[in-house]
Amino acid sequence: MHEFIEAFRFIAHNGAVSGYPELPSLTHLALETLKVGAIGVAISVVLAVPLGVWLGHLHRGSFIAINVGNIGRALPSLVVLAIGDAFLGLGLTVVEVALVILAVPPIVTNAYLAVDGVDRDLVDAAKGMGMSELEILTRVELPLAVPLLFAGIRTAALFVISTTTIAALAGFSGSLGDVIANETSYHFSGVLGAAICVAVLALAVDGALTLVQRTITPRGLREVKLEQSPALAAEAAAT
Amino acid sequence: MALVQIAAAGPVIPNYAAQSSSCEVHNRFFCGEWVSRNWGPVLWPALREHVLLAVVAVAIGFAISMVLALAAHRYAWLERPTILVTTILYTIPALALFELLAAPVGLNVYSAEIALVSYTLLILVRNILAGLRAVPAEVLDAAEGAGMSRRQTLVRVELPLALPAIIAGLRIAIVTIIALATIVYVVYDRGLGVPIHTALGEGPFKTELIVAGGLAIGLALVADGLLVLVQRLLTPWTRARAG
Amino acid sequence: MNTADTAHSEGPSAFAQAAELELRSVSKRYAGQRVPAIADLSFTVPAGEVCVLVGPSGSGKTTAMRLINRMIPISDGDILLGGRSVLEREPRELRREIGYVIQQIGLFPHLTVGENIATVPRLLGWPKQRIAARVHELLELIGLDAPDMEGRYPAQLSGGQRQRVGVARALAADPPLMLMDEPFGAIDPINRARLQDEFLRLQAQVRKTVVFVTHDIDEAIKMGDRIAILAEGGVLAQYDTPREILTHPANEFVAQFVGADRGLKRLALTTLAELKLVEPNGLRPDLSADGPRRVKLETSVRDALSLMLSAGGEPLTVVDDGGRVEGLLTMKVVENLLSDEAAATSPSAAQATSPRLA
Repeated sequence: MHEFIEAFRFIAHNGAVSGYPELPSLTHLALETLKVGAIGVAISVVLAVPLGVWLGHLHRGSFIAINVGNIGRALPSLVVLAIGDAFLGLGLTVVEVALVILAVPPIVTNAYLAVDGVDRDLVDAAKGMGMSELEILTRVELPLAVPLLFAGIRTAALFVISTTTIAALAGFSGSLGDVIANETSYHFSGVLGAAICVAVLALAVDGALTLVQRTITPRGLREVKLEQSPALAAEAAAT
Repeated sequence: MALVQIAAAGPVIPNYAAQSSSCEVHNRFFCGEWVSRNWGPVLWPALREHVLLAVVAVAIGFAISMVLALAAHRYAWLERPTILVTTILYTIPALALFELLAAPVGLNVYSAEIALVSYTLLILVRNILAGLRAVPAEVLDAAEGAGMSRRQTLVRVELPLALPAIIAGLRIAIVTIIALATIVYVVYDRGLGVPIHTALGEGPFKTELIVAGGLAIGLALVADGLLVLVQRLLTPWTRARAG
Repeated sequence: MNTADTAHSEGPSAFAQAAELELRSVSKRYAGQRVPAIADLSFTVPAGEVCVLVGPSGSGKTTAMRLINRMIPISDGDILLGGRSVLEREPRELRREIGYVIQQIGLFPHLTVGENIATVPRLLGWPKQRIAARVHELLELIGLDAPDMEGRYPAQLSGGQRQRVGVARALAADPPLMLMDEPFGAIDPINRARLQDEFLRLQAQVRKTVVFVTHDIDEAIKMGDRIAILAEGGVLAQYDTPREILTHPANEFVAQFVGADRGLKRLALTTLAELKLVEPNGLRPDLSADGPRRVKLETSVRDALSLMLSAGGEPLTVVDDGGRVEGLLTMKVVENLLSDEAAATSPSAAQATSPRLA
């Protein structure tokens, strides 16, 4: 276990390695990872949520919506990045494109399932009350869709952080993955230290998103147990 | 670390000076000749190893998940902690988890498999639980009224009815693991990640990337399709509709 | 008697003895509730009879039924099936000897009709051939013996078909007792009447001891050999034959529960076949094949009276199944019936003729 002690020492020194003063600090790399990841998630959300929600509201395109999730899951991050590297060269843009390609599918699938899965009786009742399509969407479907939708965003955020670190394996510098991919400079203690940081970072991001989800979820839905909510069962299926 | 071990495995990287086609020299999109030359020594073994890695991981993960899910089904208080632990494992990015395991366990198949198994747990436990809970209450009542014991109800009624959800979970798990296994090479040089890594190192060499990557994706889709067929075979009642 | 394997060992055709069911001072108390769900309930169902538990919601009728097969634990008292206390039996073993039919039916969706019916025989370990023969027998009994029926899944059946399969499943191991909790409650009224008739026909053949729970007093009158009317708290308000309850309701609660039209309901208990009809000579009979004033012999007096009123009080022509005229029904005949009944059910006559029940 002495490697772990070395790793924590590495973290305590903010990633400084003797003999290599120009190497970026851990905090810098962590922030870079977050930055790259945030951009990727933001773009993906903007692209995928409206599409998924719209398809779900119309109850159409289920085949596409669900299978895009399956196919997205089948794409290894490394392969997407490597192909980007091979054909276009690995700059920030290419990495962001790769992140979006990987993050959009779970968001679309979950958005679709979340809105499509809203109890039709409720939508019917809303229509009977005289709500317009838009009002039904914003006042009935979206609030009920929040849990499942957010599950999709959380999954996407995980993929994004994971892929950002993997990008270092493909030669992209600017994330904590740099350290992990560069054992010659950082030694195994450094690699381990960076790995710990990545793990903590991912857990923190997931925790933060969960908190946001809790805050946005309408109070009446918060304590729904798995067996009472087919949506949550679908969430289990759509992880 | 991985690089050193790869080089020792043999001349996978095309030597631009000798016995390479012009296709390889110019690093075109796809070189059939390179593929046929390297299928035997490189690509096929990598594919085999990849399948083995994934199947073993999902099999072990399924066994563990079934135990955990059945326990949580029986003792409701176990659900929260189980989901919590499996979520944490799932949340840790693959690259980090592999390295974290390599410290105590070493650079071997065990680190790889432990990590891969960890990723299956959340998916499978959640799906098995959801499937078990979806069994209608009146069916359970009828089973108890007919004189079935707890165990008989579980085996003859609950698990069969949970099969669709369980197989859905297996589909997600196998596809996820096949994709993740491309990173395994950082701690254990087996699987399709190996040729991808070499290709990245030299060039990057397009043909190798595309073929190895394509094999990984294709493998995932085939596995998914096979499980769909399995589900059709095992659950004939799900397709029966009022005649 | 080997109670672990209720039906006879050779072949499925002979039906086992139905058993007597006795509830002795049974109580059920739930923790934290002041009023017990069931308090000191006692009655006996003779073997081979249908006892209907009826009452408003909250009367504990379903609870009482579920105490019998120990789906709910008994707080106090005892229940004896065939003279043996159910408390002495291992619950699962007990349940394999009791047919159980619930309102939502609860057919196993993943099993075929045949496999569903075979549930308890399989639990009892019957040999395959015996199970197959029994399944065929039951499918015929419930009228679902079309060649592909056995292999169908519940999702492919209509509500009425599912309910019948549910009853067949409960009968499969030839239990001495059947428990039925609002079995026809989820069916539409037309099919419900058909299912009720079919069940009565079945019961005439198999003669099981049946405890039947319903909230519908009309169903209770139709189905029961005896009716147990339960008030709130599982208190037994009256336990008697339908005729007795309708003629002599024990108290205000029973009178209100059976309804102010109990006089008319009583007429439903008698069919035209039991009456002395008027000879057709002298009066003009309705000889047309489908006339509005033609009724069959098996029609209840109540339905016939209703028809007669619609026809403006004109006499009705009563025919048998073949269409042959049996006689005429006039208002006088009905009057005679009513006065006969009044005489027969006067307090002094009641003492002599109707048996006192437990």
